[in-house]
Amino acid sequence: MKRKVRCGVGMGCLILLAAIICAPIVLVAFGSLKDNNELLDELLPVLAETAGLMDWKVLPIYPTLAHYKELLIDTPQFYTVFFNSIQITAGILAGQLLVAVPAAWAFARFEFPCKKLVFTLYVVLMLMPFQVTMLPNYLVLNRMNLINTQLSVILPGIFSTFPVFLMYRGFRDIPKSLIEAAKIDGAGEAAVFFKVGIPLGSSGILSALVLGFLDCWNMVEQPLAFLKDKSLWPLSLYLPEVDVSHAGLAFAASVITLIPAVFVFIMGQEYLEQGIVAAGIKE
Amino acid sequence: MKLRRRLISILKSKNWRFVPFLLPSLAGVSCFVIAPFGDVLVRSMKTMVTDSFCGLVNYQTVFSNEAFLLASKNTLYFDLVCLPLLIGLSLLVAVMLSKSRLVQALKSAYLFPLAVPTATVVLIWKMLFEKNGICNAGLSRLGIEPVDWMGSDWAFVVLIISYIWKNLGYTVLLWLSGILGISESIIEAAKVDGAGEAKIFFSIILPNLKPVFYTITVLSFLNSFKVFREAYLVAGAYPQESIYLLQHLFNNWFTNLEIDKMAAAAVVIAVLLSCFVLLLQKLWDNTPDDESSGKRKKIRKRKRGISI
Repeated sequence: MKRKVRCGVGMGCLILLAAIICAPIVLVAFGSLKDNNELLDELLPVLAETAGLMDWKVLPIYPTLAHYKELLIDTPQFYTVFFNSIQITAGILAGQLLVAVPAAWAFARFEFPCKKLVFTLYVVLMLMPFQVTMLPNYLVLNRMNLINTQLSVILPGIFSTFPVFLMYRGFRDIPKSLIEAAKIDGAGEAAVFFKVGIPLGSSGILSALVLGFLDCWNMVEQPLAFLKDKSLWPLSLYLPEVDVSHAGLAFAASVITLIPAVFVFIMGQEYLEQGIVAAGIKE
Repeated sequence: MKLRRRLISILKSKNWRFVPFLLPSLAGVSCFVIAPFGDVLVRSMKTMVTDSFCGLVNYQTVFSNEAFLLASKNTLYFDLVCLPLLIGLSLLVAVMLSKSRLVQALKSAYLFPLAVPTATVVLIWKMLFEKNGICNAGLSRLGIEPVDWMGSDWAFVVLIISYIWKNLGYTVLLWLSGILGISESIIEAAKVDGAGEAKIFFSIILPNLKPVFYTITVLSFLNSFKVFREAYLVAGAYPQESIYLLQHLFNNWFTNLEIDKMAAAAVVIAVLLSCFVLLLQKLWDNTPDDESSGKRKKIRKRKRGISI
């Protein structure tokens, strides 16, 4: 009996924690449905800084999709910014597929001189925060005349070593005997890579892509440093610039930004979990 | 002709087959990070104006720079507070979670903040922590004096809350993978021998989580650099003093093009971090009960158990 009660209390705590964690998003989602009068009324204390404290009701009194209409139909700027985000994210992920997948395969499949050294270098680089690589990146990008173009964010992103590490974990689990069998059947290195490596290592590749998407979609540091032109900015930088007096718009834009990320999150949760766990399992 | 044949024979020998796979990545990494880092190293020992060699003067400047000292102190303090908090809290949640049903749904809920874009987080943050925002409204309803969240040292607390909010699910998942990797049979055996839950936790579960613990420390530490996103978007380049982090400083130096200071500081931090990572890796490698040998031991124990 005592045990059951304790179990129940524990479960209650866990559910409460989940609710607290998810509450802010619910707040924004319902907020985006409030009409302008209601929003201004409730946000007035924040806007004017005088009129007492905020009294925020979770549910809208007169739910409306007006802000979404305003955002999606009357604000062409939003599409530019949204497209910037997509361009940066897609560019980086496509590049990673081309570059990081073979590199991971090289580490997992072959023995070569200095392999351990190079791999350690990759791990150390993967763990370097952007602030350390910012100046080296800048020096090269500046020499290549790429500063203030989308490529200045995309190119360094492609050569991030974190996806190599994740995909390597996926490839390493492929049994050697399978590769040997393919070789005996006369497959060359390229055929082994495309017909055995990629299909069997796909969960590692996908988890790197899901984690990569969530990271790129939220990119702040790189565009902030390398893109001076605001018309090139991605959503993550542009949105906080929206004036608080257009709160409805800001709410709607937040929800729209959230949608692709949540979509990828739900579709790829299994791979995301595998990716996180793969990074954790000791070699 | 001879040379060409020799080249081909080298390329055909087995050892070089990795090259076409690794080369694009290695070339990119060298071009964007490694080579220019050499440049940074050189620049860190030159004056910016005359471009002449000046030894370690830049390093001296950096170490006597007040902003650098403040930012280093804040960053270190931030990590010292938030890492133990995150790691402890997530372990607690993971242990509780490993015993309950509904694991999948709760896991998704905890992981969800990972998918919430920074821009959305910033909006939420503004609503909650403005002077007249939701948190203060709640406090005043309880009869407590409102707090100036973003304008006082409370900003530091807000930053820690947002860090934990974002990373809890990620860390819980890592712990959980470690806990679920421990074989049920040892725990059952301990129970049969009359060990209580506390005893099981401290003598079986905790020691087996050592390798996961190292990874979690490294990853949490590196994710802690990403709090800059929220901090910058909410409070700008010069936030309240207690959350002025190294990331802000680098960003401001970059905006002012103070390349010499940046170079010296980047070298210092890169060296410190590499040492930290390599040291942890060494500790990690030396853990006696790593996964494979740990499993072997368990199997051996189980076998012995059967024979007895």
